[in-house]
Amino acid sequence: MEDNGVEHILSYPKLVAVLCVLFGLTAVTIVVSRIELGILNIWIAILIASIKGSFVLLFFMHLKYESRLLKMTFVGTVVCLAILIGFIFWDISFR
Amino acid sequence: MMVDTASSDKVGVKLGMWLFLYTEIMLFGGLFVLYAAYYTRYTADFIQGGKSLDLFMGAFNTIILLASSFTVAGSITAVRRQKKKMALGMVFTSIVFGLLFLVNKYFEWGHKFEIGIYPGSQTLKQAGHGKSIFYGLYYVITGLHGLHIVIGMTLLSISFYFIASNRVHAERYVVLENSGLYWHLVDLIWIFIFPLFYLIL
Repeated sequence: MEDNGVEHILSYPKLVAVLCVLFGLTAVTIVVSRIELGILNIWIAILIASIKGSFVLLFFMHLKYESRLLKMTFVGTVVCLAILIGFIFWDISFR
Repeated sequence: MMVDTASSDKVGVKLGMWLFLYTEIMLFGGLFVLYAAYYTRYTADFIQGGKSLDLFMGAFNTIILLASSFTVAGSITAVRRQKKKMALGMVFTSIVFGLLFLVNKYFEWGHKFEIGIYPGSQTLKQAGHGKSIFYGLYYVITGLHGLHIVIGMTLLSISFYFIASNRVHAERYVVLENSGLYWHLVDLIWIFIFPLFYLIL
């Protein structure tokens, strides 16, 4: 299915749209950070950062249109990171 | 007749780049875990530390890097559509944005140095563990990130030269693509650095 020659080209309008979404989310995360929401602040900030990151990955880095192998190995990396974070916090939480 | 003797394993080259990017993700991921662990331990110090950072500078740098990711992605579209001048302009703009980012970083760090906040300073020694660790992490993470910006700019400069000398063109652009991937990763990392350091209440 993957043929490098006829690979999908992202048009300028589409790229601009993605950039606008990223700018918008940046504004949202700054505004929300100024509102006192306790422990929720960190999680919302991380959530918005993850969404922004997804847009960069999927469109600017073209991951949405890449092969299954690339997509799966990326997910694998995220799982690795999740295990790293999870186990470290599991450890330090009970010291 | 020009024979393209370079490897035509575009899939392999791209996969190789992505695999390398995964190691970079684990590298910065590890640093972020360090941040998270110490944030839990020294929350008040971290919040105060965060407040001492210039939100405007941080936001401005975020915008710059997002825009530079856009221009890098745009340069690939341009190359593939055989718009050489547009491609060169896009890559050049990305490099300029990178430079602007570094200039901002210089002012941010410079300001902190002036008020005695740098690794090993007396001020930090007296401020206690929490503050020391916060600023230590700040310098290490933004410093390593800054180094990646320099590497990214170097890769983009090489790509600029290749486009100009027709080594990179619509049928052969994997060097530009990989340089672009590296640059996007640098942007991606900053997307997480920004809230962690500049947006903690």
